[in-house]
Amino acid sequence: MSQVSVISSIMHRIDLFPTHEYQGLKLRPGRPYPFGAMVFGNMVNFSVYSRYATDCTLVLFHNREEQPFVEIPFFKEFRLGNVFSMIIFDLDYENIEYGFRMDGPFQPEEGHRFDKSKILLDPYAKLIVGRDVWGKEPNWDSLYQYRARVVFDDFDWEDDLPLETPINDLIVYEMHVRNFTCGAASGVKHRGTFASIIEKIPYLKDLGVNCVELMPIHEFDEFEHHRISPVDGRELYNLWGYSNVGFFAPKAAYASTGRFAMQVDELKNMVKQLHKNGIEVILDVVFNHTAEGNEQGPYISYRGIDNKTYYMLTPEGYYYNFSGCGNTLNCNNPNVRDMIVESLRYWVTDYHIDGFRFDLAAILGRDQNGNPMSNPPLLESLAHDPILGKTKLIAEAWDAGGLYQVGSFPSWGRWAEWNGKFRDSMRRFLKSDEQVLADVKERIIGSPDLYASQGRGIKASVNFITAHDGFTMMDLVSYNSKHNEANGEDNRDGENDNNSWNCGCEGETDDPDINRLRHQQVKNAITMLMVSQGIPMVLSGDEMGNSQQGNNNAYCQDNEIAWLDWNNLEKNADLFRYFKQIIKFRRQHKVLRYEEHLRHQDYLGLGYPDFSWHGVKAWQPESGHNNLTLAFMLNGQYANSAAGGSPDDFIYVAMNMHWEMHGFELPQLPDGMAWHVFANTGMPSPDDICEPGKEPVIENQHEVLVGPRSIIILVGKS
Amino acid sequence: MGERLDSFNYQQVQDDVQAILEKGSSVLLDMTACHYVSSTGLRVLLYSKKMAAAKGLKICLSGISDEVKDVMDVTGFSNFFDYA
Repeated sequence: MSQVSVISSIMHRIDLFPTHEYQGLKLRPGRPYPFGAMVFGNMVNFSVYSRYATDCTLVLFHNREEQPFVEIPFFKEFRLGNVFSMIIFDLDYENIEYGFRMDGPFQPEEGHRFDKSKILLDPYAKLIVGRDVWGKEPNWDSLYQYRARVVFDDFDWEDDLPLETPINDLIVYEMHVRNFTCGAASGVKHRGTFASIIEKIPYLKDLGVNCVELMPIHEFDEFEHHRISPVDGRELYNLWGYSNVGFFAPKAAYASTGRFAMQVDELKNMVKQLHKNGIEVILDVVFNHTAEGNEQGPYISYRGIDNKTYYMLTPEGYYYNFSGCGNTLNCNNPNVRDMIVESLRYWVTDYHIDGFRFDLAAILGRDQNGNPMSNPPLLESLAHDPILGKTKLIAEAWDAGGLYQVGSFPSWGRWAEWNGKFRDSMRRFLKSDEQVLADVKERIIGSPDLYASQGRGIKASVNFITAHDGFTMMDLVSYNSKHNEANGEDNRDGENDNNSWNCGCEGETDDPDINRLRHQQVKNAITMLMVSQGIPMVLSGDEMGNSQQGNNNAYCQDNEIAWLDWNNLEKNADLFRYFKQIIKFRRQHKVLRYEEHLRHQDYLGLGYPDFSWHGVKAWQPESGHNNLTLAFMLNGQYANSAAGGSPDDFIYVAMNMHWEMHGFELPQLPDGMAWHVFANTGMPSPDDICEPGKEPVIENQHEVLVGPRSIIILVGKS
Repeated sequence: MGERLDSFNYQQVQDDVQAILEKGSSVLLDMTACHYVSSTGLRVLLYSKKMAAAKGLKICLSGISDEVKDVMDVTGFSNFFDYA
């Protein structure tokens, strides 16, 4: 026997023996921290915090059984401060579900809503069962709906870690687990699941994206506001999932193995496989409210565990509703703040998640009375957190209470933002709005008007033209107005101001000219996104011309309206090809992916400025037509200058959103170089775009003709 | 192996495998009758595989059902094993 094993054999802890027995179970006082359930050795430690509860009981069920088999009170000696904790020995925890009963005052006017008749989910539950199959209606009379289990947290990651891709190198693909593969033509084995995303990795690689941003995958209730559409009779669900039940547990019904409670392993494997293929995973997280709703809502967890801690309450004890969803999580309460930080650390540590997009993040900067704070402690904690040190933090910098912080979100140099102004300006330019040119130019160069202050740089701007909220790209060019009737709210829901243009006919049409123009406009839109400085985000399905039939708020349409129709991949093959090549082009050209803002000067004496604006005449940006033309040139010699890498090419982009053709005079290149054409959205496929690196030289090196509503990209190289 | 590999019988399976490994032999695990492997079961298989690897031995799974294989595939456990 080696010396090491001799020592280990005598180093048993002396404080891990049962001190109590209750109905045959061996117990001892637990460890207050960490909260939740945790296995060590033959013991499971249960710990729950409540500032205002007077008593707590641990309720244990055998798997899926309606009645508990034991309810164990937390004895006085199991309580430290405001934490109840106990250790149970020799528990067959694979076959146990647990919850808590909390006793305390029911005084809504004081903020307390304790009700010991309710069995409550652990706020730190890492594995939640009970809703394992999507759309399977639960027993609403059940004592305990969302049931916590003790998680197996070991997983063989081999050498995997978060990828830490520089944020400015990302091409983000925003997607929904069900919408992505539920369509009948998706061709996958496990439609609408984490497993199906693994099956589609070759597709994602072919498209060229290197980051998927998953719409909420925390456990949520798809039956929230469940109803039948009065228009088409279809069942309507909470499909999007912006309504959390648990902040530490994946949605069971998103796993093909959810019925075996293996969603944790399935999701971890999905992340591992994506990472193996160079694709990061960002989670869309919803820390602004929970699924418990307002005063009329159900008891799931937080309301019964410690209402006054978890929610922002009015002086009368009602729920503030800055989320638009009935309640507001009390994010800057120190204990809730800790929970959020711990949740994020957990997803990074245990799931190797690469980044987070925070839904309605402005709420995270409100104090406990709902007032915006100048240095919100939660946001500062996240910006400086050691474990999250290289994790992408992206804010949706507004909330439903009217706080709009695009460009002013407290960042500490760490936070990026969904740039809603990019979406608005580019959409207006796309539809030939003559009043938006100056703003468009700011967006193309990474929105220095928003992000140059505080040294945030281009890397603070997540650019997008479409996202889950609003029209798909094909609908943006096919509808003037939203068509949300199928949602059953008389078309009142969803954004009214879409900056869309239908190209001459509302909705689907057989008119070849209109369809040709729509394809051209989609190509214009993705080109604007990919040649702009900032982090581009593509909405899943836009690359195949996915339509939601004009529905710009398909949050409840768990059907063909929201599901991607993979038949479109063949039908709109020209769009997929264009997306694929323009993405590849961006990834090949560092000059399109600056981290810091451009100087518009030749500060290294290379003969040309790093960036220059042009018009229909070279070097004269003011020379244009109806404020609908612009051109710019990027000097590739600057692209790798800081890193000492090899220079990139020159890139020249001419955008003509006018309805007439215009000639653009080209800036002269250094001796030995010539302009080559990479893309021309005015040309039919396959002449609209070529393989990056194989661009043909153009005959006329002095002027290029840009057709109506067209964009041309030229590459200057030897 | 029986019809299930889960928390009720994992110890027996683990002990049996360990005993074979202790004799210096690789293990062929006949899973023909097994139609369910739980989270515990998956871990017992992988733990056994790692114990075997540490001794330069192998765990080979035979007769694995499509359903069990599918669960192992989507949870990422299947890649660690040889199959017969």
